[in-house]
Amino acid sequence: MGAQKKGGARVSDDSEEQSRQRLQAILLADSFTTKFRPVTLERPKVLLPLANVPMIDYTLAWLESAGIEEVFVFCCAHSTQVIDYLETSEWHTHPNLAVRTIESHKSISAGDALRYIYEQQTETSQIQGDFVLVSGDTVSNMPLADLIREHRERKKRDEKAIMTMVIKKSKPSLITHQSRLGTDQLFIAVDPLTKQLLHYEEDKIDHARGSVCLDKSLMERNPSVLLYNDMQDCNIDICSPEVLSLFEDNFDYQHLRRHFVKGVLVDDIMGYKIFTHEIGSGYAARVDNFRSYDTVSKDIIQRWTYPYVPDINFGGNRPLKLGRQGIYRACDAVLSRSADVGASTVVGYGTKIGNGDRILNSVIGSGCSIGSNVVIEGSYIWNNVTVEDGCVIRNAIVCDGVRIRAGAALEPGVVLSFKVVVGRGFVVPAYSKVSLLPQPMKEDSDEELEYAESGSGTADRYIWEVCEGAHDEEWKHSVAPIPEDKLAEITQAMDDDDMEDESVVPTSGELKSDADSINTDVNDPGDDYGYFEKEVEGTFLRAVEEGIKVELGVLEINSLRLSYNMESADCAGAIFYSMMKLAVDTPHSSASELYKTASSIIAKWKGLLGFYVKQTDEQIEVIMKFEEMCQETAKELGPLFARFCMFCMIRMWCKKMR
Amino acid sequence: MPDVQSTVLEFVNKLRKRKIEGSQATARCTVELLRSVISHHRVPHHANQASALIDAVKAVGAQLVAANPVELAVGNVVRRVLHIIREEDLSLATAAVAGLDLLDASDDDDEDVNNGKGIGYPAMSAAVVAAAARSTLRPPSLQTLLEGTPESATVPYTSSSGADSESKTADKSSITRKLKHDVIEGVNQLIHEIAGCHEQIAEQAIEHIHQNEVILTLGSSRTVLEFLCAAKEKKRSFRVFVAEGAPRYQGHLLAKELVARGLQTTVITDSAVFAMISRVNMVIIGAHAVMANGGVIGPVGVNMAALAAKKHAVPFVVLAGSHKLCPLYPHNPEVLLNELRSPSELLDFGEFSDCLDFGAGSGSPLLQVVNPTFDYVPPSLGGHNPSYMYRLIADYYSADDLVM
Repeated sequence: MGAQKKGGARVSDDSEEQSRQRLQAILLADSFTTKFRPVTLERPKVLLPLANVPMIDYTLAWLESAGIEEVFVFCCAHSTQVIDYLETSEWHTHPNLAVRTIESHKSISAGDALRYIYEQQTETSQIQGDFVLVSGDTVSNMPLADLIREHRERKKRDEKAIMTMVIKKSKPSLITHQSRLGTDQLFIAVDPLTKQLLHYEEDKIDHARGSVCLDKSLMERNPSVLLYNDMQDCNIDICSPEVLSLFEDNFDYQHLRRHFVKGVLVDDIMGYKIFTHEIGSGYAARVDNFRSYDTVSKDIIQRWTYPYVPDINFGGNRPLKLGRQGIYRACDAVLSRSADVGASTVVGYGTKIGNGDRILNSVIGSGCSIGSNVVIEGSYIWNNVTVEDGCVIRNAIVCDGVRIRAGAALEPGVVLSFKVVVGRGFVVPAYSKVSLLPQPMKEDSDEELEYAESGSGTADRYIWEVCEGAHDEEWKHSVAPIPEDKLAEITQAMDDDDMEDESVVPTSGELKSDADSINTDVNDPGDDYGYFEKEVEGTFLRAVEEGIKVELGVLEINSLRLSYNMESADCAGAIFYSMMKLAVDTPHSSASELYKTASSIIAKWKGLLGFYVKQTDEQIEVIMKFEEMCQETAKELGPLFARFCMFCMIRMWCKKMR
Repeated sequence: MPDVQSTVLEFVNKLRKRKIEGSQATARCTVELLRSVISHHRVPHHANQASALIDAVKAVGAQLVAANPVELAVGNVVRRVLHIIREEDLSLATAAVAGLDLLDASDDDDEDVNNGKGIGYPAMSAAVVAAAARSTLRPPSLQTLLEGTPESATVPYTSSSGADSESKTADKSSITRKLKHDVIEGVNQLIHEIAGCHEQIAEQAIEHIHQNEVILTLGSSRTVLEFLCAAKEKKRSFRVFVAEGAPRYQGHLLAKELVARGLQTTVITDSAVFAMISRVNMVIIGAHAVMANGGVIGPVGVNMAALAAKKHAVPFVVLAGSHKLCPLYPHNPEVLLNELRSPSELLDFGEFSDCLDFGAGSGSPLLQVVNPTFDYVPPSLGGHNPSYMYRLIADYYSADDLVM
């Protein structure tokens, strides 16, 4: 009883200690992708406006209200712009949230960024405990306190639980297998009891076959596995300090999900574990491409992100007035009496809207002037844009300072970068991206900064060429909804698939053991064994040629065994196979000579074989293997079989047993 | 001063993030914040003390109101404090005119009255003098009649302080100190009033709730809870119907507390209000705000309950502390009557995410979710007589402060 009490007291001490620990977050103010090009050539992604407020404000406001006390903003591309913005914004003097910036120009991936932070960390040791890792384009209103507590408690119980990943239920589109956010369908496997993440598959799901390959050992190690395909990864992680050192140790990790999560799950580094947390009512999403820009903007307008909505001043933004049907309007915006401003629209400060305009589902920034008889639908018009009379803009993104002359039209999916001028009556074709800056070549894709300085002021404009391969994908990630014909195409393709095999990936549920996927699993080891045998043979021959010691041979074979995930019986079989192969391949004139060679090889390498042949199973495997070989090369080995069995029995097993 | 600034900022932040909920809590925090603003306020001696104070309070008040325009209690309390400053200034002026030198030895060194010692001063309170002065200048107001300030209390005060007089120049600084002191006294009384509003309202419970009655309420209100419990404590036995107040289901919380206090409670859905109203003797609800025209802003669903009560001629009682009395009219474009909260309170995002897929189809959202927080009950459905409201508002607020 006394001991128990003592334990209880200690736990409470611990939790007190932890609650005193500052809550910290690392915010990556760079996505390390090129999906928002050409816009991100001139302005960092985190400063792009989302319903007229820079994205980073949403992230910071959320972190602040979730109780985070210190944020490290990691700036890379356009770092000066980000730092300038933060210093002039009210975050700089915020009483509850200390915003510190870390600047690095060398990092080209999230992995580099974390390694850089780790190096800094060793000098200054700013990050003391668990931290929240988000990118600067996250929009969320979920509470973090419980999640962090959960993570800490789990960490206390299990040292190896280094990360908690936030997931949210969100159905992917049945037709395109794309989530609302334009990312590929996510497939994860979770232990239903502990919520441990067991499998994470983002991009390799074979839609045509409607199946997913799982590692067989996954089923062996866990009594039950829950599979989801209707989850969305929120890209919000609670990490322990070990995560940073893991990045340091594995210098080839670049991508958080593709490398780090995969690495921890598959390679089983030091037995580290990742857990998941499903959020219920909160909202969390990441603006990853133009499609998710559109989706998240609409979610904000529909108030899923409350209290981070345009009519509330949550982070230095001037609040707009909310009218019926989700129309947010600045108090000094001038709307013509004959203008038809429809549902789900945001109109910023100082914007003038002319006669007879039709505006629907769009966001218009501040200081814009829209001429008369303009149609704007589903578009995002940023600040200080001039649109002259009679233009038609559908599902486009128009950046700051753009001028669209009278009668011009933007077809769906167009992106006009900063200060572009569209000529009178010009029709910008669908999905084109227009910028004043030339499209960078593939090789120098990481040198964004240089372009930011040069090129402005020139009158010519560049229409970015869309790479051949990417053109098909363009409709997937653009702001425009997927056109009818594409949808029809996909549906057609889907129907064809359905004819071939009926199995479609089911929505979440317990995996049944009689599912098709098991069959594919069984096939895989067969293939693997062939390769494994070849590898073992190669190793053995090399060992014979170079006269490597038995112990070293054992080491090599062991490493092969691990990498192919084989049993020791398989090893024994393979080694015996290679021995006999060697004996047969050695030039010989008669059966007795062959027998002699074989027995000398076995005598010489009996240590190697003996290492694996310890149990009856393995002995049987060896004999089976020999029988198999005899059948293959009946002429030569057939007569030897009986004698050899005897030889094996007496010579090896007995010795081994002793 | 800097620490006041930081507390203001902190409070503004909380208001913005909607971290403080409920009119009473907000009103209390606001008035305490304003007290520290006033007590830390330093003005140059030559300036007009009262107007400087008013400007300081107005500046802070404007920030607070802008932080959460929906929470009308913030604006109300700021206006009340402004009114107190004006009244105290007026009383000092009239006292000076009347030849009453208010500078006696009592304006001692307690500038730092902000830690609330207000009640120790009742007989000498300038508010009393103000009331007396006002009564000479204006016709007696309803407030003074209701609050029944003892006229005799002023008598010893005037007699005691009328004795010594000093030179005008030396007075100046002490007048400013006196004013600040008195204002803080007044604000302390306001704090006291806001803190005690539940008890004061609950005192009247016994006169409204009778034996074996059935009371209907909607949503959760602390005032209503105290009111019902006060009647229970007086050995009244009655039953309470609680409409659950979807989508936030605060009625569930109220039901829990009522049961904990030993009241017979029945929880019904909001949509069952009309069906149950015929068995109900009285509807009692708490309000978010009472507007100048007598209209009431309450939790969503209140209008329906009021209509049902009207239809069945059931008395409809609204309980509200004085800090909820808003001097503005609901048709004023400055007044934000409602706030739309997140649709996630109504719908599960995961289930409906396929309806919000903008990638397919026309790209325009077909599903709209509206989740209002409040309901407006027009004065025609009960509520107060507008002329009575006008009187109350004239007592609590000065006309100069209505627009901030």
